[in-house]
Amino acid sequence: MSLVARHLEEAGLPTVVVGSARDIVEECGVSRFVFTDFPLGNPTGKPGDVEMQTAITGMALDLLEHSWQPRTTMQTPFVWNADQNDDWRDHFMKVDDSNRAALAAAGDQRRVSQEAAKAEGRGRG
Amino acid sequence: MADDRRTHRSHVSYIDKSRGYYGAQGYPQAYQWAYHQDVPFAELRKPLSDCRVGLVTTSFFERKVDESAVASAGVKEPYAALCDDALGGLYNKDLFWDKDNTHTDDLDTYLPINRLRELAAQGRIGALADRFYGVPTDYSHRRTSRRDAPQILEFAREDELDAVLLVPL
Repeated sequence: MSLVARHLEEAGLPTVVVGSARDIVEECGVSRFVFTDFPLGNPTGKPGDVEMQTAITGMALDLLEHSWQPRTTMQTPFVWNADQNDDWRDHFMKVDDSNRAALAAAGDQRRVSQEAAKAEGRGRG
Repeated sequence: MADDRRTHRSHVSYIDKSRGYYGAQGYPQAYQWAYHQDVPFAELRKPLSDCRVGLVTTSFFERKVDESAVASAGVKEPYAALCDDALGGLYNKDLFWDKDNTHTDDLDTYLPINRLRELAAQGRIGALADRFYGVPTDYSHRRTSRRDAPQILEFAREDELDAVLLVPL
């Protein structure tokens, strides 16, 4: 998505990326980025929270209006879980002794499926 | 919230996490993420209250998937569709997001069509374009840069957009 934003900017069209994967967007490098530190899935606000959705969308518009140089990141003030905010971060894509064997098995299974698909001429081409 | 001290950055590094996660699945070669030193920058050419704004998503309409095909084998193309047709929600279960901690049943948490229409009614922007645009999440930078991005630019020009919000899930 960040590559698309860059292409539009190169063509003279101003953009703002609104997302929660800060490192991926910033490494790619975009003109404007509104970052909310939430689990991936709700970059423009929590479900059912119209006020927050309006605020985040509004901040994206603010950034379009007021930024004057590329790589401008604005972090919104919203917190996913004020009491246990590290829980979702630690849980996502976790690798530890509790799931290491299961992950290795899932990878093996996936490679078998991909090989089968390749042999049948399916796949992305 | 109380002030705190940390030995690591607070926000998640998905680059670091995915390297470990796929490494644990037996993929020794880490994904090569896009990185650029230089970043292009275009300015608004008119007041925001006169601008027609477009929205880009990584979600798609639900499709019939060939059950014999592996999930990742489906080919997606960039698309443009009427915002009105998205109001019932889009399909993104095949995308990578935190399904344990949240959901995407509320469209405006990832494609704020209703919120932007309200902001347009208040005069904050000129209008939200009638169409929105979808772009595949692609492993290949080349496909994204050479196939998808030019197509999204073409849609944007057809709809005479003045600015674009891109919202990756």
